Amino acid sequence: MAESVAPSYEPGSIPGLKGVVDDWGSDQRAFKGVPWGKAMMWIFLLSDTFIFSCFLVSYMSVRMTTTVPWPVPSEVFALTLFGQHIPLILIAIMTFILITSSGTMAMAVKFGYEKNRKVCFWLLIATALFGASFVGMQAFEWTKLIVEEGVRPWGNPMGAAQFGASFFMITGFHGTHVTIGVIFLFIVAGKVWRGSLDEERPGFMTGRKGRYEIVETMGLYWHFVDLVWVFIFAFFYLW
Amino acid sequence: MSTTEGQQHPIAIYFWIWGLLFVLSACSYMVDYLEFQGYLRWTLIIIFMLLKAGLIVAVFMHMMWERLAMVYAILVPPLVILVLIGLMATEAEYVFLKRLFFFSAGG
Repeated sequence: MAESVAPSYEPGSIPGLKGVVDDWGSDQRAFKGVPWGKAMMWIFLLSDTFIFSCFLVSYMSVRMTTTVPWPVPSEVFALTLFGQHIPLILIAIMTFILITSSGTMAMAVKFGYEKNRKVCFWLLIATALFGASFVGMQAFEWTKLIVEEGVRPWGNPMGAAQFGASFFMITGFHGTHVTIGVIFLFIVAGKVWRGSLDEERPGFMTGRKGRYEIVETMGLYWHFVDLVWVFIFAFFYLW
Repeated sequence: MSTTEGQQHPIAIYFWIWGLLFVLSACSYMVDYLEFQGYLRWTLIIIFMLLKAGLIVAVFMHMMWERLAMVYAILVPPLVILVLIGLMATEAEYVFLKRLFFFSAGG
């Protein structure tokens, strides 16, 4: 079923809170002018927000309740590069990579809507590769922590036993999100490259026409992964 | 093929936000590098974090151009997490004091 864009209302005609009430009380779709795929992605991201919040709040609880000193993240995640001991450097690099991937993603959405198939494709591939390198660095970080530092979910030589459980749960769940994002980025990039979106070819498991909105929906997910990292970086690594 | 529903914005804004996010990330890294401690550290971390999160949601996720019905539906519910944080912090404080008492005085 094609999405008809023939509204009887003037989009955004009523400003402010009255407009919100009008939209929600209209006895029609509440999110007017928003493709449903995008609305559903936002609602999924909202639920994901609660999941990550639960992880971070439980991390706060165990860190507040432990009577043993918490390991200093600045030192745990320090690396010796070029003969210099730099605190937290790997995490900083990972942060910059994820932000860069968010930038390329945002531009992929823009070029997608402009029907610039090639630029959109290469920006999506760049985003996916940045994401993959992020996961690679995380794998390196985990290996270093498990093998060299002896961190386990039930204890570690540096301080409070809850450190490992919090670390593996939070970064593991985030890394899983990034990995899934990378896979979907490659899938969407493939669709863009084939021209499926230009020709409005239906997707693999849907009868709906392909359109460049899916690049924006993909982008929402990817930016969310970056957004979660902002909070993890602040609360877990810097606090 | 309608493009009326698409989000079209000048590319310059993405570069600006990208640059700002880099600067803010560098700032939050410097908080650690310069070894700020205590309330100064926590305040700076939270300020930089909220600025970054705000920029990502508002511009990269196009929230500032969405209809208010959508914006409120997505951004208001997470505020209840503040209640959860308050509850859990109170609980954690209590547990911590109990642990101090039992571990030192042996119950």
